[in-house]
Amino acid sequence: MNTTRLIIVAVGGQGNLLASSILGEAALLSNIPVRMSEIHGMAQRGGVVESAMLFGDGASTVISDGEADVLVGFEPSETLRALKKCNKDTVVVTNLAPLPPFTVAIGKGVYPDLAKLQELIRAKTGKLIAVDAMELAKQAGSTLAVNMVLLGATMQTGKIPVSPENVKEAIRTKVKQAFVEINLKAFELGFAAARTGRS
Amino acid sequence: MHKLLAGQSARRMFLLGNEAIARGAVEAGLAVGATYPGTPSSEISNALFEMSRESDLYFEYSANEKVALEVAAAAACSGLRSMAIMKHVGLNVAADPLLTLAYLGVKGGMVVVTADDPLMFSSQNEQDNRYYGKLAGIPVLEPSSVEEAKEMVRYAFDLSEKVGEPVLFRTTTRINHSTGVVTPGELLPVKTTGDFEKDPFRWVPIPAVARNLHVKLLKNLEEAKRLSETCGYNFTVGGGTWGIICNGVSYNYVSDGIKDLGIEDRVRILRIGFSHPLPEKLIKTFLAGCEKVLVVEEGEPYMEEAVKAFAQEEGLTIPIKGKAPDLLSRLYEFDPAMVRKAMAAYFGVSYTPAVLPDLSDIPEIPQRPPNLCAGCSHRASFYIVKKAAEGMQTIYPSDIGCYTLGILPPLEMADYLLCMGSSLGAGCGFSKSTDKKVISFIGDSTFFHSGIPGLINAIFNNHNMTLVILDNGTTAMTGHQPNPGVDMSTLNLSGYGRVSIEEVVRGVGAPFVTVIQPLKVKKSIEAVREALAFKGVSVVISRQICTLYAKALKLDSKRTFRISDRCKGHRNCIDELGCPAFFSKDGKVQIDAGLCAGCAVCAQICPENAIIPAKD
Repeated sequence: MNTTRLIIVAVGGQGNLLASSILGEAALLSNIPVRMSEIHGMAQRGGVVESAMLFGDGASTVISDGEADVLVGFEPSETLRALKKCNKDTVVVTNLAPLPPFTVAIGKGVYPDLAKLQELIRAKTGKLIAVDAMELAKQAGSTLAVNMVLLGATMQTGKIPVSPENVKEAIRTKVKQAFVEINLKAFELGFAAARTGRS
Repeated sequence: MHKLLAGQSARRMFLLGNEAIARGAVEAGLAVGATYPGTPSSEISNALFEMSRESDLYFEYSANEKVALEVAAAAACSGLRSMAIMKHVGLNVAADPLLTLAYLGVKGGMVVVTADDPLMFSSQNEQDNRYYGKLAGIPVLEPSSVEEAKEMVRYAFDLSEKVGEPVLFRTTTRINHSTGVVTPGELLPVKTTGDFEKDPFRWVPIPAVARNLHVKLLKNLEEAKRLSETCGYNFTVGGGTWGIICNGVSYNYVSDGIKDLGIEDRVRILRIGFSHPLPEKLIKTFLAGCEKVLVVEEGEPYMEEAVKAFAQEEGLTIPIKGKAPDLLSRLYEFDPAMVRKAMAAYFGVSYTPAVLPDLSDIPEIPQRPPNLCAGCSHRASFYIVKKAAEGMQTIYPSDIGCYTLGILPPLEMADYLLCMGSSLGAGCGFSKSTDKKVISFIGDSTFFHSGIPGLINAIFNNHNMTLVILDNGTTAMTGHQPNPGVDMSTLNLSGYGRVSIEEVVRGVGAPFVTVIQPLKVKKSIEAVREALAFKGVSVVISRQICTLYAKALKLDSKRTFRISDRCKGHRNCIDELGCPAFFSKDGKVQIDAGLCAGCAVCAQICPENAIIPAKD
């Protein structure tokens, strides 16, 4: 089968490693070959966390520049920074809630304008789906559910060769029992928002 | 039950490479494991340590890699299966015992895991540890995938017993931190008690003995070479006349690239998984069937040089290339496109690379470097030392740990670094070579690892320097592993001793010792001033639990702080401390209550006393 290449970028603490391991588990349930690599050197110290996931045939666990089919950014400026992984057909899913890096606070950089950021991504890729995952996570019941909102939005693209039902099943098994309902709700909100959030 | 202890009938698992390696070791009946934590190897040890609490496995966090290797060596010499786990630079520390252990040999299977880090995601160099196999004269195995890593670890123990030597199991970050689908295998029973048979002419390498042992080592190496020739981990795929010799993750990029280029029928691959000793006959036979050969390996031209030598012996003049400006680099890690491009260029295949987006109009995106956590006691310690040293010309030798992040502005408190423990040795050297005040920083775990000899040296040679020991009660950077200073009862673990840093420092005779509590800023600055004024070796122990660790143990303060109307915008807090909990809004500094850890350091340095506890 064809290979689907997914990159997820996030800031330490946003839970992208849980999101990607849920996707991996869902692929296992769907009998889809899956491989992943992650760079999380200093995730807990506010750095960038990147997961590369490959579904389908092939052996590599790394995605080269220009070769991602789907890019999911948990933080808008990190989505922009990862744009080199994309090509003109890439589907991009981004959170619109910024977490400005500390360098901005000490005057060593300017956070990009969000409208301009979306315009740039839209111009250079196949499709942009932008959602305020923080707002939706709050609606679901926890600001920590940003990852599940974005997982839902990613599944709505139809680009990942795994069924949403299997992703929900993986959420039920991988997430702590007390948080399953909130996480499922966040997933659904993200899935629904991606229908309208595309542009 | 730990998920990695599940029986053979368990369903397939989606495992991190490091978990797969731990599982492979447990399947092989590992009895004794020892480590010093180091990324990218740390999760192997985390998993084994957890499993040791509910199985027959003995696992320990040793003081350093040298000790870990010696612990595992003694177990293997007693007939048990053992493993020593470390990152690549850890093997430099353990190199001394390793090279003589090769002379002594082992009885039980012993595997030394070295996790190399091409591109240096979390390391100070990207040395290629395959050369340690060659240097020591022991077998080296290298997996290409997570699935293969588990199987290969099992094989490594068998191989070690067959050859009578420890086996170096070499991974790279993209094996350790990749995740793949692993099928659980049978769990072999663990032999937990060994027996050491006295035989000084085997186990005590005085010169007369060692001369015989070296002969034995070379014999064992011959046996290893024989096994390498027929080992299933060295295999050929495809049948064309363009040859590719590759190892590790490069094999994946080669396999995918051949399909992408549509040259499956032109290329023959020799995948090397048993890379020391190299299978000489197999490689020579492979070369004989090729028109030209590309060697694809990250790091140094380890295989390439050997392959060229083999070709010379056979009188083969076919082109053999690998590391070259237009092909593959010795720098950093490879990726699929890089290898595809090199293959296309070398074999003259047309190829259209992916079109990268034009990023020329993208505004500069602010950097997001890792930072000391909100509430990190190291930030307070750095601030205190900086204030105490105001007006002095200083050199700050640093060491390996979270506190190396003190390099970043606004703290900028790291001037020189070599390796674990170097803050002390280098500090001694700077104190003699310059007129500047030397203030060295080292963490608690690093102090136990290799700081103590440097301190003894400083005291013996009467160097004029101040050592600041940043004691946060854990090995924080690699994920809060224990160290000899940790009170293990806080982890509900009994049967451990505990070593006091203060007693060690006083015990070796440090002439000036003071202990500070860095969250008390003013008092600490006074204490550090005294230490800096002392002529000779002065030691400051800055003791405060790691804020992340405190949170994990539920020992954290629940209060947070906020900036009140009294703020006049001096910005000392944000500009001098650089705590990530601060942010600017409409030109005013504010505190993110979600990040604030309640350390109150900023509240103590605000000239207007404008930072006050938040009351909800």
